[in-house]
Amino acid sequence: MADLTEAFHTALRLIGTLDPKLIGIVLLSLKVSLTAVVIASTIAFGLGGALAVYRFPGRGAVTATISALMGLPPVIAGLFVYLLLSNTGPLGVLQLLYTPMAMIIAQVIIVVPIVGALTRQACEDLLEEYDEQLRSLGASSTAIVRTLLWDGRYRLITAVLAGFGRAIAEVGAVMIVGGNIDHVTRTMTTAIALETSKGNIALALALGIVLLGIALAVNAALMGVRRFALRLAYA
Amino acid sequence: MLDPKIPARPLQPSPDRAHILLPLELRRLTYAANGKRVIDDLDLTIAERGITVIMGPNGAGKSVLLRLMHGLIAPTSGEILWGGHSMGREIARRQAMVFQKPVLLRRSAKANIWHALGLRGIDRGEREARVIEALKLAALEGRASIPARILSGGEQQRLSLARALSLEPEVLFLDEPTASLDPASTLSIEGLLIDARHRGIKIIVVTHDVGQARRLAQDIVFLHHGRIAEHQLSESFFAAPQSEAARAFLAGGLVL
Repeated sequence: MADLTEAFHTALRLIGTLDPKLIGIVLLSLKVSLTAVVIASTIAFGLGGALAVYRFPGRGAVTATISALMGLPPVIAGLFVYLLLSNTGPLGVLQLLYTPMAMIIAQVIIVVPIVGALTRQACEDLLEEYDEQLRSLGASSTAIVRTLLWDGRYRLITAVLAGFGRAIAEVGAVMIVGGNIDHVTRTMTTAIALETSKGNIALALALGIVLLGIALAVNAALMGVRRFALRLAYA
Repeated sequence: MLDPKIPARPLQPSPDRAHILLPLELRRLTYAANGKRVIDDLDLTIAERGITVIMGPNGAGKSVLLRLMHGLIAPTSGEILWGGHSMGREIARRQAMVFQKPVLLRRSAKANIWHALGLRGIDRGEREARVIEALKLAALEGRASIPARILSGGEQQRLSLARALSLEPEVLFLDEPTASLDPASTLSIEGLLIDARHRGIKIIVVTHDVGQARRLAQDIVFLHHGRIAEHQLSESFFAAPQSEAARAFLAGGLVL
């Protein structure tokens, strides 16, 4: 028990003194997940908007697949990207395995279905209300997608936050494709796993506290966005 | 205050433009949904300018008829001709519609009009002028930056009508535009419609409100079971309705 208290104090000191090792890991995690979320959201907005508006053969199958992939275990995404990027894999020549780029790719694969499915749902709900009016105004399908994405902006923001929350907390995929290399691909989650197994509870705890703080901040932002949108009748 | 640099411009099309689309001819028009013929082998010609009011009991097919005329839905069979031309995209572009429940985007009042003009390909300079003009028309200048969806019900419908008018349509459809409005808001909507008629816009409005029909209509189309029960000039319709259904409707009876 005394050990634990001491570890906790050390953890707080690491955070309080902005320990360089701790900060390095946190920043790398943020860089990887933020980049992945930006890329994934760009893809997912287009995909979700198009699925809501365009009618084409196989649309139902694509929609169902994306919904199913929302629950994709991150380890599976990691394994997939590993096979893709490994020396014998189709993209092996790019030599991306065990780099931050590999982790970004894995997280993009995890985040696209989440943001994509939520985007499609948001756009479909809006379209139900707007369809006749927009067609009366003579909107093309592309213009309808653009209108829906903008009018669904607050729901899209919450979708992006949900995607970010998933990416930053994810451990399996980045472990497999990143390799948890010190200063290169060591993220908060992989570092926590490693330090805990090494018995370095203090650093693990410090990272855990930061991660928890980020998760809480994301949730607070989610609620804030929802409340703001409701007040403007934009929800 | 209006920006003095932006020239005031009239919102109307040239007085004769509506004539290009008229007459409207519906020939053996049928629309079936789920095996039920909502519009049933209907023939109708509307050649008059001014305001045409479509009346009839619930479920007579009024809203469906309006959507068919505007091209929002396609008929099961039959023909819709505007000035002798088949309904198509080009004709729809010269029309606008106001719905019973105003459909406003999750943006400011001003941005709603701006967006609609953008969809019609109006260039930015012109758009700005038309937005200001439309807001003024609807007496919403002071509410321009307010999110459209927190405006009052009456303001929302005025905005929705102003947006439609900003497109300078030749034909304007309205589906029970005042069904859920208070008398003052209803009056201001009717005022806008009468103005629009004087500017040469052909107006076709569905209403339940007999008083409104009397105040607005040049001619009345009375619809019953998806067919035209009668089509008359307003005065003769109210003085001596020809059909049993219309007589019962005007007498305040229940028309089944």
